[in-house]
Amino acid sequence: MTATVFHRARIVDPSRGLDETGTVIVDGGKILASGASAFNQGTPESATVVDCAGKALLPGLVDSRVFIGEPGGEHRETIASASVAAAAGGVTSIVMMPDTDPAIDNVALVEFVLRTAKDTAIVNVFPAAAITKQLAGREMTEFGLLREAGAVGFTDGRHTIASSLVMRRALTYARDFGAVIAHETQDADLASSGVMNEGLYASWLGLAGIPREAEAIPLERDLMLARLTGGAYHAAKISTALSIEAIRRAKADGARVTAGVAIHNLALNENDVGEYRTFFRLMPPLRAEEDRLAMIEALKDGTLDVIVSSHDPQDVDTKRLPFADAEAGAIALETLLGVALRLYHNGDAPLLRLVETLSTAPARLYGLEGGTLKPGSPADIVLVDLDEPWIVSESAIRSRSKNTCFEGARLQGRVLQTMVAGHTVFSV
Amino acid sequence: MTDTASLPIYRHRHLLGIRDLSPSDIELLLERADRAVANSRQVEKKTSSLRGRTQINLFYEASTRTQSSFELAGKRLGADVMNMSVASSSVKKGETLIDTAMTLNAMHPDILVIRHQSAGAAALLAQKVGCAVVNAGDGTHEHPTQALLDALTIRRAKGPLSKLIVAICGDILHSRVARSNILLLNALGAQVRVVAPSTLLPTGIEQMGVIVHRSMAEGLKDADVVMMLRLQRERMAGAFVPSVREYFRYFGLDAEKLKYAKPDALVMHPGPMNRGVEIASEIADGPQSVIQEQVEMGVAVRMAVMEALLDSGRGTGERS
Repeated sequence: MTATVFHRARIVDPSRGLDETGTVIVDGGKILASGASAFNQGTPESATVVDCAGKALLPGLVDSRVFIGEPGGEHRETIASASVAAAAGGVTSIVMMPDTDPAIDNVALVEFVLRTAKDTAIVNVFPAAAITKQLAGREMTEFGLLREAGAVGFTDGRHTIASSLVMRRALTYARDFGAVIAHETQDADLASSGVMNEGLYASWLGLAGIPREAEAIPLERDLMLARLTGGAYHAAKISTALSIEAIRRAKADGARVTAGVAIHNLALNENDVGEYRTFFRLMPPLRAEEDRLAMIEALKDGTLDVIVSSHDPQDVDTKRLPFADAEAGAIALETLLGVALRLYHNGDAPLLRLVETLSTAPARLYGLEGGTLKPGSPADIVLVDLDEPWIVSESAIRSRSKNTCFEGARLQGRVLQTMVAGHTVFSV
Repeated sequence: MTDTASLPIYRHRHLLGIRDLSPSDIELLLERADRAVANSRQVEKKTSSLRGRTQINLFYEASTRTQSSFELAGKRLGADVMNMSVASSSVKKGETLIDTAMTLNAMHPDILVIRHQSAGAAALLAQKVGCAVVNAGDGTHEHPTQALLDALTIRRAKGPLSKLIVAICGDILHSRVARSNILLLNALGAQVRVVAPSTLLPTGIEQMGVIVHRSMAEGLKDADVVMMLRLQRERMAGAFVPSVREYFRYFGLDAEKLKYAKPDALVMHPGPMNRGVEIASEIADGPQSVIQEQVEMGVAVRMAVMEALLDSGRGTGERS
């Protein structure tokens, strides 16, 4: 592998608070040097020099919430196909959710994922293991052994643990292993048969609503338990202004709490459901515009730590149905960066902060290498033309499933090249 | 029917909801329905305006009234009517709505009448088939022909709907009839009230073009029309209201509560009724009740709707 020199790029490296024009030198799968003065330190012999004038070089994105169909739903997505989609989206590491069939709740399955990823994936794939066996919310999994096998964190994926006692024990026990508990919260009773945000729009459509409190009530409980246990808690996918307030208070109290938001809840609102468009049936649901604006505010002020794609491939057999009968979820790996850059282009968030929430912060949260352009780090990088416009089209989607909310959307900011450990895994 | 050529052409391909209709669309359908009433009262009821056309009724929910009403309407217009019984079809074997629709579509029907338990089912079907689709009730979304037949019933008894006070009472939350009626009555300028316990009102009801009341005494005061809604059995025992007797005490229509309305107020119910739950038998069968007229108007409205839909593609044989 010859060395590569990315010259005259806009280097955005949140791990060092860096946003400057300079050079990144990649050699032997690692970043050799990066920064304004890197070029002056001399370049390796026979290095390929890429002139990146007008382009941005970012640490590869770390998408910490990706649902994949392998094992059990390979017709929707395999680890290999998800990795191809990720590479095209500038994502160099994915944290894979345990909602598979069977669920990733034991060592053998963690090993299966890592082996399959090693053999077939072109980006880094890190399994998150289930908190409870079979995601049933009752018995804890083997946190220690799973961690040793390579699970980077624990989550019950789409499932909310109803029992406060189970959650308390999980937080307490995970603390001993330095593991984070990531949790999506929805009170099953309160949400009942709800399928979209509760409000006037749902009422007219005749769709049962999910009140904001269905998310915030179990979240408040979890935050109290995080304070009680001192465990590390990550609110994986919040969607309401109420939840933001709860996280803000918990952080102010010094609890070990972080929070994430799905890209859809930053970019879309309940009106996008339109006339029963099932691709916009999501969990948590798209909320009101006030909620979306609260998310953006929280992203800027640091209440929200990470943005995730919540990539969730669904086939026609689970989406081509009446709205309430369809499965929730949308794919988003390939559009994650382009959609997030909307916030940059319209002045909602600075680029450095966006890249931090898409790369540096999630890497830190799960203790992964990557998310940085520091010398000595793995060369997981993405070269982006921040201004190039493109239109999302279904025929160009690499994911096995096509359930995107952004079909036909005009995005600005295109991935030109993605590198994982110095290997180019995607280029235009 | 006679002399429909003089009427303006209905410009929609489907009837999915009242929301899609302008006041003049509604007037047009009511006008046509009025003529159909006369037709249905003749000894010879059959006409030939839909002769050679095929109508398929696809009912995913059990229904006596609506399904037979659509069937009779189609037959009186001379159409070939087929009822797809979901219980004995491949739906039982797990076929999806769209696959069933595509299969039926391949048989070239001219009209598909659908009732389905999920909101948006009729709209989904309309995207996938080449023929006209009539929504006969989709989940808790809309039931447009019910609202039209209600309007026709009111209009024939009271004249124009504008300025009339209409109180819709009961389970608004789960009622597609209420949603369609709120839209239609507002479109024609009526003053719409809803009366229900708060647990049976949808979020945002105050912004749906109605005045909200939680007591029958206030809600029925000076009303010209009292529309009662059915309360489903599974919602009576503790889930939304504590008991049948408590519900009847506060929201059931009896002689005493009806006194708050105008003396000649119409009493309506879309059926099937729960006697003694939302309405007392003496009222349901009493002089102010127009519940039987509603059934009669139902056939007329469905004739009008189907004829108007096929008329709108008159002579073009359009399929897309």
